Amino acid sequence: MNGSDAMAKSLLNEGVDTIFGYSGVAIDPFWNSMRKTDIKQVLVRTEQNAGHAASGYARTSGKVGVCAVTSGPGATNLLTGIATAFADSIPLVCITGQVDSELLGSDVFQEVDVTGAAESFVKYSYLIKDVKDIPRVFHEAFYVANTGRRGPVLIDVPIDIQMKRIPDYDEPEGDPKMRTYKPTVKGNSVQIKKVVKVLESAKKPLICCGGGVILSGGTEELKTFAERHSIPVVSTMMGIGTLESDHPMYYGMVGNNGHALANRAMRECDTLIMVGARVADRAVSSPDLTLEGKVLIHMDVDPAEIGKNVGSTIPIVGDAKTIFDEFLTVDFECKHEKWIATLEEYRESIHEERPNNPDYVNPTEFVRKLSLAMEEDGIYVADVGQNQLFSCRNVIIRKGKFLTSGGMGTMGYSIPAAMGAKAAAPDRQVVAVCGDGSFQMSMMELATANQFDLPLKIVVMRNGFLGLVREHQHFAYHDDYNMVDLGMDPDLNMLSKAYHIDYFRLENMEGLDSTLKDFLDDGNSAILEILIDPMETVVQRHS
Amino acid sequence: MKCMKKIYSVLVENRSGVLSKVAGLFSRRCFNIDSLAVGETEDKDISCMTIVSSGDSRTLEQIEKQLNKKLDIIKVKTFDESMSVSRELMLIKVKYSKSNRREIMETCEAMKADIVDMSKHQMIIQICDTPERTALMIRLLSGISIVELARTGTLALLKCE
Repeated sequence: MNGSDAMAKSLLNEGVDTIFGYSGVAIDPFWNSMRKTDIKQVLVRTEQNAGHAASGYARTSGKVGVCAVTSGPGATNLLTGIATAFADSIPLVCITGQVDSELLGSDVFQEVDVTGAAESFVKYSYLIKDVKDIPRVFHEAFYVANTGRRGPVLIDVPIDIQMKRIPDYDEPEGDPKMRTYKPTVKGNSVQIKKVVKVLESAKKPLICCGGGVILSGGTEELKTFAERHSIPVVSTMMGIGTLESDHPMYYGMVGNNGHALANRAMRECDTLIMVGARVADRAVSSPDLTLEGKVLIHMDVDPAEIGKNVGSTIPIVGDAKTIFDEFLTVDFECKHEKWIATLEEYRESIHEERPNNPDYVNPTEFVRKLSLAMEEDGIYVADVGQNQLFSCRNVIIRKGKFLTSGGMGTMGYSIPAAMGAKAAAPDRQVVAVCGDGSFQMSMMELATANQFDLPLKIVVMRNGFLGLVREHQHFAYHDDYNMVDLGMDPDLNMLSKAYHIDYFRLENMEGLDSTLKDFLDDGNSAILEILIDPMETVVQRHS
Repeated sequence: MKCMKKIYSVLVENRSGVLSKVAGLFSRRCFNIDSLAVGETEDKDISCMTIVSSGDSRTLEQIEKQLNKKLDIIKVKTFDESMSVSRELMLIKVKYSKSNRREIMETCEAMKADIVDMSKHQMIIQICDTPERTALMIRLLSGISIVELARTGTLALLKCE
């Protein structure tokens, strides 16, 4: 058995069924060993997308997403994928080939210090120098990636280590023993009692959930808790889908791109339970907004998040699922009918209507209709740009999922992530929604989706601009546009033919329902191009 | 906000790359490193890094939390200077002449510094003391010609219970 066989065996031991990647000499021994496994191996068209696909896979399956690429440019291309996963705490194990360990540091062909380059955006990284370490390192990597605050782990394996004989493969059992890593999962019971006490007297309680709730698998627990005590819920962008969008206790997305209703609830609540959210600038336009006159209960699995951006009154370190499980065992009264009535009044009175140009597709109405036309458990993947904000403000998630690059805002995320989601859940409908800018960052993956039988539905919101930055330049530079005009976009009809996929088009709202039906019912991969008013803005400034 | 000083005594796995990970954490998050000293402990698998940093209270708390997140770090102890015994070692090579030799030697005596090497025109003075006293030594010698100076970072241990 060689090192590369041990790597493949380790993946099997960890229950990996799909891997995304790209080849190259420095990772070739590994791919050679992978031939002997039944793990599905998806060859993407650029390494960055192996990272995004693994991310889509992880977020859909709840398992660790795995990708493997070669040294040098393969590794640097993957960096954006790793950073994107890190920003959203997505569990990945990323394997990179490396030059011969004897030559490390001598700048030979395709050598790059990838562990050094990625250091500030991986949860942990390994550079393997002894073949005997492979079973332990892989076992640790999967454990670290998918426990505590989840995140990407990088394993860099020099080619000679992959080729070296490993005397015997000691199968690691149980959780690895690491003296430097003991994530806190269970919330402190004293703190939990304190929270209960606060909630008993709270007049206007509110839960704001971030991506951490979904990542912990605690959506049911949170929902039961909110329902039992009638506590209204808002979410960050990463928290969309924690509660069904049409759930009576859900009041929308907060933040400077969020719903006026949700932001109003945030402003007026007296007790705020912030759970699994880092409370970054995009979620609260000014971090101190939530502080004045409020009791802030901040729950996060990562102690460093608590107090990093906002000070908290009651911190609870722990995994959201475990904490809410604990809360559900406590019997207490929490009464605030007046607050709910007020919020319902707001729900009725706040209308964020926007002028609509009938010559084009209305993007907000389109997103609503699309998400309703999708199967109930469908997966909606939004890219980055105006399409992301149209999506997160209007998408209706029921039993499905909403995936997007929240923390990094990485353009080109949606198509590869949708591919990963499809690989994890072949029976579920997966729709990627992108703009004409983000589409062109990942359109090479149409070939991958075809080749590996991962049929995708791709909506391209076409406006001929990098719309969100154009919108920014509209407000900040009074329409003095630069570097945002995409000029002549490719002919997507011809492009679809080139990739042997189907093509649909909507120029305005006419025929929306039947086109959506044809597009979604189509068994193949398909592109739906919709024309959006180039001068459309996401947020009406007065709201 | 008020700027304060803290000492972080950090036990880390004695492996290659750990120093750069810890130093990288400080630079990436814009934390200050006022001084840094690293050495093996009685267990050769564990090194002790003594880091002195300054900042407002939120920053100082973040430093401890971010250090605790690093997977190569075994334990972080944080304390104020007043709670610790701290020392620095400094070597100073100076030029001397007949006229100031006596004065230098008297300064060394007063400061409990040793002369550890000497030639006809130069001598090396060694002082091991608190960061304040080593700084004072530099001030006292400022009137004479300092050829070279080397100084360790602060080493610190929590005072005995």
